[in-house]
Amino acid sequence: MSGGSRIVYCHCAFAKVVPVEVKTAVLSGLADAGVEFDAVPDLCEMAARADARLKELSECGSLQIAACYPRAVKWLFAAGGAALPDQAARVWNMRVESADAIVNGIVRGEGGAA
Amino acid sequence: MSGPATRSLVTLQISGGDGAARAAVTQTLLDQGIEVSARRDGGVPLDGVPDVLPAAGASAPWKPWFPVIDYTRCTNCMQCLSFCLFDVYGVSSDKKIQVQNQSNCKTDCPACSRVCPEVAIMFPKYRHGPINGEAVTADDVRREAMKVDISALLGGDIYSMLRDRSAKAKSRFSKERDDDRALKERQNCLIALKKNLDIPAEVLASLPSADEIRAKAEAVRAKTAAMLAADGETERST
Repeated sequence: MSGGSRIVYCHCAFAKVVPVEVKTAVLSGLADAGVEFDAVPDLCEMAARADARLKELSECGSLQIAACYPRAVKWLFAAGGAALPDQAARVWNMRVESADAIVNGIVRGEGGAA
Repeated sequence: MSGPATRSLVTLQISGGDGAARAAVTQTLLDQGIEVSARRDGGVPLDGVPDVLPAAGASAPWKPWFPVIDYTRCTNCMQCLSFCLFDVYGVSSDKKIQVQNQSNCKTDCPACSRVCPEVAIMFPKYRHGPINGEAVTADDVRREAMKVDISALLGGDIYSMLRDRSAKAKSRFSKERDDDRALKERQNCLIALKKNLDIPAEVLASLPSADEIRAKAEAVRAKTAAMLAADGETERST
């Protein structure tokens, strides 16, 4: 996987704010690329439940997260009791970025830092 | 919310099937609230995934709608605590504002983020920025600053303003005895709230009674006074 980072994909299951075609294409792109990744139903819901998995993810060193706005993701992790260390996570925004840009960025390291 | 927990997790073998099939199975599992780890080693092969796996502790679906505080912007002014009538906010032992009762939050209501003078409150599932977590611009901050000025012009204490307004309205209506006009006034007020703060009609319909709002205002006032007193004591002792 890209640069040894752990990859997380958020399915944003409870709202339609992430375009369905983008999240479907990102999921397909990751599956096609044959990389290891973790797919979660909804990061907001995990934060609300203070899911222990958030802590595990925040402590894994380097993360690439396909979700929504980086500011929201950063503080969702904090709200779930799992603050992300500065510079440890690259958040890809499925609300505004294209699926191609996200998959290429995660899998091939294209697109630079957040 | 109950304490730290995890959902059901399926570890899926990357080597099984093609990418499209793996994506389809992953999506089906996610739609059932099940997390998926795609791994090269270990895990179940694609054809070994059961059709239905219930999520651990699965309950009635709850749209995770609750405020998320950006503490790099929050100044701990407590306006959100004073404003929210549903006790979503609380204060930590170190006197910091925090979200304590997420599930009390009214789905699709972003009102507290609209009263936050620092644009520090986000609802990640909201449609528009910066409430949805989009970067805050200088224009956003200017707009909020104007809101604060308006609040100051009104006397700052929104509860006392509402009480005065209510008293005046009561006196007027008791003289006029015009129920239709009173109802129209209330409807206009609710329409203005819905439009200006984007508060869903269901939330307005479930607002607490006037007595409950008064009790809440008193409780917040007492809490703030206690905090200020404790601060004063700490300063004196240092």
